[in-house]
Amino acid sequence: MTPDGENSSFNLTDLVQRSGRWLCASGPESDIVISTRIRLARNVVGFPFMSRADDDTKKQLVDTLRSTIQATEIGRNYQFLNVEELNELDRQLLVERQLISRELAQSSGPRGVMIGNSEQTSIMLNEEDHVRMQILNSGLALEESWAEIDVLDNALEERISFAFDETLGYLTACPTNVGTGIRVSVMLHLPGLRITREIQKVHQAAQKINLAVRGLYGEGSQAMGDFYQISNQVTLGCTESELLDSLAEVVPNILGYERRVRDLLCRDNKSQLDDQISRAMGVLTSARSISSEETMHLLSSVRLGVNLGMVPDIDIATVNELFIQTQPSHLQKISGGPLKTPERNEARAAFLQQRLKK
Amino acid sequence: MKKCRRCSKPATLHITEIHQGNAVAIHLCETCAREYLEDESGQPSPNPAADLAAKLEALVADDDEESVVRCSNCGISFTEFREQGRLGCPVCYDEFREDLMPLLENIHEESLHIGKRPLRSPTQTKDQSRLIQLRNQQREAVEKEDYEAAAKLRDRILEIEATLRPNSED
Ligand SMILES: [Zn+2]
Ligand SMILES: [Zn+2]
Repeated sequence: MTPDGENSSFNLTDLVQRSGRWLCASGPESDIVISTRIRLARNVVGFPFMSRADDDTKKQLVDTLRSTIQATEIGRNYQFLNVEELNELDRQLLVERQLISRELAQSSGPRGVMIGNSEQTSIMLNEEDHVRMQILNSGLALEESWAEIDVLDNALEERISFAFDETLGYLTACPTNVGTGIRVSVMLHLPGLRITREIQKVHQAAQKINLAVRGLYGEGSQAMGDFYQISNQVTLGCTESELLDSLAEVVPNILGYERRVRDLLCRDNKSQLDDQISRAMGVLTSARSISSEETMHLLSSVRLGVNLGMVPDIDIATVNELFIQTQPSHLQKISGGPLKTPERNEARAAFLQQRLKK
Repeated sequence: MKKCRRCSKPATLHITEIHQGNAVAIHLCETCAREYLEDESGQPSPNPAADLAAKLEALVADDDEESVVRCSNCGISFTEFREQGRLGCPVCYDEFREDLMPLLENIHEESLHIGKRPLRSPTQTKDQSRLIQLRNQQREAVEKEDYEAAAKLRDRILEIEATLRPNSED
C-alpha cells in the first residue's frame, strides 16, 4: 500500500468489502439489465487538452477542478483519489469497479478521480478530457440517470467555464465525442441468446440506430460472462433525449428476445439447462483453483439459474457482486496483497466457496 | 455511409471491440457481420483504432506539404492531429474548422450541435468580459471628466446588461 497522506482518507481496502449501489439489482429490469451508465466529457476553457498539457498544467487542472468541485453543494461529499500516486493494484481495482477507465489507470502524469456517495457517480480528472463525469445506476434507468448527471453538470458549470462552441457544442479532445460529449451505455446479461446462438439479434437491433455493442471489460468479441454493453456512437447532431430514446427503443426489444429464448429453454430444454446450472454451481462451490474467465462463464449460468428460480438461497445482488469481487485486483485486495496467477486462482476458489456455501 | 471493412459493400453493422484498452470500431456489411459473429474465436482486429485512423488518413489526400498549418493557441499542426487523433486545445476547432468539418460529418453524419447548452453560454461569457472592459473605460472617462463618453459607455453597458438577464432562457 502507498504510504501517502492524500489518499488515506479514502480506504480502498474497505471499498472491496462492500459493493457499489449499481450492483444491488434494485433497478427496473435488473434480471437482465445490470446497469445504466451515462458519462459526459467536458473541458475547461483556457487550458490545452492532454496531448499539449505538461505536468505543471495537468497538476494545475487537477488542483483547480478538485477544489472547485468540492466547493459546490453537490460535490462537497465527493472523495478525491490521486490516481497518479496509487499503485497498480489499486488503480486496477477502480477499473474493475467501473469507477475509472483503463485509460485513466494506464496514462501518466497528474490525474485523479472524485467519487460520490455509494459509488454512484465519479468524476475523472485529466482522462482523455479534463472532466469525465459518470453516473452508474442499477437496472434500466435512462431518464433518471440523465436527470442526475444533468444536475451535476449544471452544478459544475456554475463555477467552471466548459469549452463550448455555438455550432459544434462541447469541445472534446477527440472529435468522436464533440457535441453532447455524452455516452449512454446499458449493460445487459444475455446468457439465453448466447446459449441459443442468437446473439446477432442484439447486434442487428443495435445497428439499426447506430448503437455499438461490446463486452463488460471488452476483452475479445466473445463477451465474458455474457455481458453486452449497448451504447451510442454518435454525439453530434442529436439531442441527449434523442439518444436516450434510441436506447429506450432498442433495449426492450433485446429484453424481449432474451426472455422469449429463456421461456423456450425452460419449455424444451429444461433438463439440459438444469444440468448446466447445477454443474456450474458444483464447480464454483468445490473447485480448488479457478481462473477469472471460467468463473465469469460459470457465474453467468448461475445468474440465469437464479433468475429462473432454479437456484435457491442465492440472490441476484450476490451474483452481481461476485462478478466484480472475483476480478484479479479485488481478489488480491481481499486476500491482503499481491498474488501470482496460480495463488490467485486458489484464492478465488476459496472465496467463491465461502460466498456460495449454503 | 461507412464501408464494410472486409469487402466494400455499405456497412450496416457497427461493433466496438476493446484491444489493449483501445476502443476499435468495426464496420461490417450484413454478410461479413454474420461470419464475424459466428466466429467463436473472435479474431482480433488486425489494426487497432483502424477506423478513426482510416478516416484521418482519408483527409490527407489533397494536403499541401509546404504549408504547415498550426493552431495559434496550442501550436499543434493538423498533421500531428491526424497522427494522434487528438486535438491540442479547444481553439483547434476554430483554427482547423474547415479541415475538420468533413471528418465530423463522416463520424457523426451531422455537423450541427442541437443538444444541451451551458446555462451560461459562451456569448454571455464574452459579454461578461466586455462588460468589465466597458465599466473600466466608463470609470476612466468619469475620472477624466469626459462625461459625453461616459454617457455613451453607460448606454452600451445597459444594453448588454439587458441581454444578459436570465429570462431569455429556452
Ligand atoms: Zn462485407
Ligand atoms: Zn489548439
